Order: sequence, then C-alpha cells, then structure tokens
Amino acid sequence: MSGTQTTYNDKVVRQFAVMTVIWGIVGMLVGVIIAAQLVWPELNIGFLHFGRLRPLHTNAVIFAFGGCALFATSYWCVQRTCHTRLWGGPLVPFTFWGWQIIILLAAITLPLGITSGKEYAELEWPIDILITLVWVSYALVFFGTIAKRTVSHIYVANWFFGSFIVAVALLHLVNSAAVPVSLTKSYSAYSGVQDAMVQWWYGHNAVGFFLTAGFLGMMYYFVPKQAGRPVYSYRLSVVHFWALIFTYMWAGPHHLHYTALPDWTQSVGMIFSLILLAPSWGGMINGIMTLSGAWHKLRDDPILKFLITSLSFYGMSTFEGPMMSIKTVNALSHYTDWTVGHVHSGALGWVAMVSIGSIYYLLPRLFGKKEMYSTALVTTHFWIATIGTVLYIASMWIAGVMQGLMWRAVNSDGTLAYSFVESVKGSYPFWAIRWLGGVLFLLGMLIMAYNMFKTMAGGKTQDMPVIAPAGHHA
Amino acid sequence: MSDFVNDFWNMYVIVIVLGSILACAVLLIVQGKATFTPGKTMGHVWDETLEEYNNPMPKWWSWMFVITVVFALVYLALYPGLGNFKGMLNWTSVGQHTAEVQKMDATVKPLFDKYMAMDIKAVAGDKTAMEMGKRMYLTYCMQCHGADARGAKGFPNLTDGDWLYGGEPDQIKATIADGRMGVMPPHAQLGADTIKDLANYVRSLSGLPNDAVRTARGQEAFTSAGCIGCHGADGTGMHALGAPNLTDKVWLYGSSEAVITETITNGRQNKMPAWKDFLGEAKVHLLSAYVLSLSQGAK
Repeated sequence: MSGTQTTYNDKVVRQFAVMTVIWGIVGMLVGVIIAAQLVWPELNIGFLHFGRLRPLHTNAVIFAFGGCALFATSYWCVQRTCHTRLWGGPLVPFTFWGWQIIILLAAITLPLGITSGKEYAELEWPIDILITLVWVSYALVFFGTIAKRTVSHIYVANWFFGSFIVAVALLHLVNSAAVPVSLTKSYSAYSGVQDAMVQWWYGHNAVGFFLTAGFLGMMYYFVPKQAGRPVYSYRLSVVHFWALIFTYMWAGPHHLHYTALPDWTQSVGMIFSLILLAPSWGGMINGIMTLSGAWHKLRDDPILKFLITSLSFYGMSTFEGPMMSIKTVNALSHYTDWTVGHVHSGALGWVAMVSIGSIYYLLPRLFGKKEMYSTALVTTHFWIATIGTVLYIASMWIAGVMQGLMWRAVNSDGTLAYSFVESVKGSYPFWAIRWLGGVLFLLGMLIMAYNMFKTMAGGKTQDMPVIAPAGHHA
Repeated sequence: MSDFVNDFWNMYVIVIVLGSILACAVLLIVQGKATFTPGKTMGHVWDETLEEYNNPMPKWWSWMFVITVVFALVYLALYPGLGNFKGMLNWTSVGQHTAEVQKMDATVKPLFDKYMAMDIKAVAGDKTAMEMGKRMYLTYCMQCHGADARGAKGFPNLTDGDWLYGGEPDQIKATIADGRMGVMPPHAQLGADTIKDLANYVRSLSGLPNDAVRTARGQEAFTSAGCIGCHGADGTGMHALGAPNLTDKVWLYGSSEAVITETITNGRQNKMPAWKDFLGEAKVHLLSAYVLSLSQGAK
C-alpha cells in the first residue's frame, strides 16, 4: 500500500467514456441499417448486406459500446473504491489504444467477410490474440489496483467487475481455440456438437459475464452514488453474486434445445437457467430497493431514471430468459424474433440504459463541470430511449409469437398451414416498427453526443486527488 | 447407447450436477443465518458515500430461490439429466418426435390411402388433393423450384411442359421418389475454338442468332465429339439420361454463347434429392400429381 500517488488516473476514463458514446452511435446505426434491410431488401447493396453487417452490429454494440462503457466505469470505480490511483503504468493506455485498434480491425474485417463464423466471436485469430493481450493487461491493471487498495474491504461493485474480467478471459481463450490456415482464416479446434456446445457455453456466458456481471458492477457503484443511499442489503449481494457467477456457467445448452445435443445436457442447461432467476433478480432488488425512501428523486433526476429503468428491464428480461429456457416454451420461441426481442430488452433496456446513465454521471465530473450542458436533453434522451425500447421489444414479441405459431400450425391433412414465406410476409409490419424503435434509440444517442460535446467544450480536465478512506474498519 | 465413454463420466456428471444444485441451497441457507441489523449499515464506507445496509434478504425472494431448486431436483428425477439415468418418465426427444409423427401419420393415413389408390392423373384432377399438394410443394419443393414453380438457374421450371427426365406420371414419380443425378461431362479437351463452334451450332438448333461458319464446323463436331450420344443426332435430347432437348427455348443454365461455352467446357453436375425415405410413397404419389398438374395447359 504505497499511497504515494496523489491523483486518480481519469485520462483513460475520459477516453473510454467519450468512445462509449461514439461507438454507441456507430453500432446502433449499423443496427438501424440492418433493421431497414429486413424491411426494404433492396438496401442490401454489394457486400454491405445483412449477412456481413449483422456481426458488425453485434460486435460494435457489445464489445465497442458495451466494452468501452465497462472499461470507463470499472476504471473510475476501482480507483475510487480502493482509494488509490490505477496500477499498471503503460498498461493503462495500452488497454485503451489496443481496444480501439481491435474495434477498427473488426470494422474492417467483418464487412470483408473475414470471420471465424462463431457468433459473437467472429473475429479471426490474429485479432483474437490482440484481444487476449489487451484483456490480460486489463486484468493486471484492475487486480493490481485492487491489490494496492488502501481499504481492507473490497466493494461489491469490484467483485462483479473482477468476475467479469476473469470469466471473459476464460471464455475467450477456450471458445476461440482454432487452427489457423492463413492470416485471415482459421478453423475451430472443436467439431460437430462439441463445437456447438463450446460456442453456446461461450455465447450465453458472454451474456452472463460481459453483459450482466460487468454491468451489475456498474450498477452497484452508480445507483447508490446517484441515489445517495446505502446499498439495500449486503447479504443479498453476497448470495446473488456467488449464485449468479456459478450458475451462469451452466446455462449455455438452452440455446441448443431439440438439437443433436444429448437430452441430459439440454435438461441440465434448462434447470440451471431456471435456478438463475433468483440470483438475477437479487441484483435488481438490491438496485431498486436502494432507492427506497428516496423515490421522489426519480421525479426530476434523469440519470436515476435511466438507472432504475435499466434495472426494471433487467428484471423483466431475466424473468423472460428462464421462461424461454423451458423446453416447451422454447419449442415455440426458438428461431423466432421473440429471441431477438428478448436480447434487445436486455441490450437496450438494461445494458445500454445503465451505461448511458453512468456515462451521464461521469461526463461532467470528467470535464470539470457541475452537471451536463443540458439536463432537459438528458430527460428527452431518457423518454426517447424508453419509447424506442418498448416499440422494439413489443414488435418483436408479437412477430416472434406469430412466427412460432405459424410454423407449428398443421392442417387436418398433416400439411403445414403456412409456408415459411408467409411468416416472413406477416412479419413485415413488425419489422418496420422495430426499425422505428431502433431509429428512436439511435436518435437518443445523437442527442447524448451533442450534449456531451457541449459539456466538454471549455471544460478543464483537472486530475482529482485520491480521497483518503473514511476511518475504515480492518 | 450411453453418451459416455466410461462410467466415470456418468458418475462425474451426476455428482457435479447434484453438488452444484445443493451448493446453491447451502449458500442461501448459510448466508440466511447471518445476524441482521435492518436499517443499519455494515460500517464500511467507500469513496465518501458508498455504504451497505445489513438488511436480510427478502423472504419472497429466498422462497423463489428455494422453489427453483426444488423444481430442478424434481425435473432431474423425472427427465434425463443425471448422466445415464433416464428419468422416471422415460422421456427422450427422439421418442417424443417419433410419437408425434406416428400419431399424425395415423390420422392422415386414410386420406393419403384414398389418393394412393387412385391413378396419378386422376389425383391431379382432384381439387382437394391439389390443395394438399400445393401446401406440400410450398414446404418441401419451393426452396429450389421457387414459390411459383418456375425454377431458377440450375433448377428446372416445372410449369413449362418441358421435361429432362420425362413428364409421364410414372417418370415424375420416379424423379421425386428416387432423385436424379444430372451430369454433363466437361469437354475442355476439345479446345476453345471447337467449343465456340459447338456453342454456335447449339444456338442455331433453337433458332438463336449464330455465326454461320462456326455453326457449320460445330455441326460436324457435334457428331465427332460425341454430343449425339446423349443429345441425339437431331439434338432433341434423351429422357432416359436426362439429356436436355437443345432445340427448344428452355435453358437450364442460360442460352448465351458464354454460358453454353462454360457448360461445354466445364460440364455440369446437378442433383434432385430422393424423397421416398423422407416423405413415404403416399406423399410422393400426391406430390407427383401436383407437379403434373403444374404444367397442364402448358403444351
């Protein structure tokens, strides 16, 4: 515990915070484009067609937008709750520049069709190696900072950030194992149903750790901070933390119901997905109940609106997820737009909203201002984003259930009541509504960018002194 | 058959699954026994304002957790999950699928038996049968032959009355039931110039514009290179081999000189899959009648 440094390293937080907004706009713009391509197929031009752009969208929003938000908030949180400057020296800027290069390489290679073909892990092996280097550096910086903390207890947000960093490293290394045949092509180290199982062990834990545990870390810092209230229950955070990170690891097989995966593996995936309900809701309860006694703050604090709404969407999608993992429900929902709606209630409602709220908290503090340039615009952003999310989810629910019912409908003579193309035709109006929802969400991000640049203008980026821990108990 | 190479892995799965579920329950019970001081903090402060209350976990939440754990254990007793243990209900996904298919097959058997006993031409004239046929076509055939049955490059148009393997009811049925392998051998060894001559001759057969000099040379090559072996001396093709009639206006891959040159140089391979095992003869019978009906009125 040296304690010789006197200021926090906020430069890297500033960089990641600004890039969160920029990559958010890019990733969501690509999402709006591919949503439009489904409604107006003539927009599939040359190699910029749905098949090439869809992985660009998922990679950009998850790893560029979500990733930058996680870097920014975890670096901010770990320094302040460990009461020490970030450890790691040159490793810190390396994580920023390395991550940006990875994103740029993804933006170049994916539209060119250079892909390993594994969902959410499409990047080819040279980029995978770079990801590994950046991620190991990230782990060193984060845990190095934890190691030199000047308080004995590790704050709950850091448990979640820490587990997210460790688990993502494990997932990335195992799932990306491949045999390279050239600089731009490799083949998975696994084959057949094992490959599918490894892929969805990775895929669902990317949701569980990248998009859940990391963002719960964010929640545990920014919700009590912004609400000015203690976290509702320490014990609840202990139980739901361990249960969540332990149980998520089992849930992957629910992506492979009614496939060549053995029946016993499917059952195990299903029951652990159901057990996951309570640990997930533990986070929601702890966040929302933190506000109890201060509900009035929701009325005029748009940042709290973002944070609390995100928790509501989190609770909703983590109820929906276990239900969809039940085999009989999955038989209806699988391969339909219901899944897409479920993902986006998590992605837009939870991940994006908690990030947006947290970044709005950070921006004025990072650029030497008291508050955002316009609080009214933050409120506007909140309502536009909420309406966009609801339009998106509701249209996908309707389209998904409709598709599932059409596909399974059988005439009395045993023939299918609808051909596939009829279900496509029936989906058009809902795809148009989904596109509109996406446009609104993107519009909110553009408002955020305007507000951000106005807040940054003329701001002084002063380094803040490390605060001495309040008389801590050993 | 077991999914495991030996009994160790069977036991491993059983132990680790049950152990993990119990670990969740133990975590909940042990932590629930902590001393709580509702409304009081744990006494730690981070970053000036961050504190934690020592509130108990909500009861309803703990019960929800318990219920999911109990559900998991009951489910594992009833369904496969614990290694080789099949579950008390003896359920399998294959078994469920087979049962559903058998049930539906039994329901529709009388209907299909009725059409099976009829001549394909007669079935093609039956309105109800043709409605069924259309729905089956839209499920099984449209991926290649198109929703309007007009085909695409490499996939025959079924509405034009032109047949590679013959349009008699039995020939259509054989095509659907057993599939077809269409092979045009490559002729690159003839040299580019001769192939160009041949392409011009082939175009002349159906009255397409062509180079008269090349066509004259191509006509000789058509015999000497062995084209007549499959397409016949007059170029009208042969159903037994699936060799196309070159004198009509129907082109599977295209009629431009460039495409014909490509066809002769590199050859073509095409495949109609066999449906007998997948659909059963009764459905093939009905589909044959539907396909026959598609071109009625074409020629």
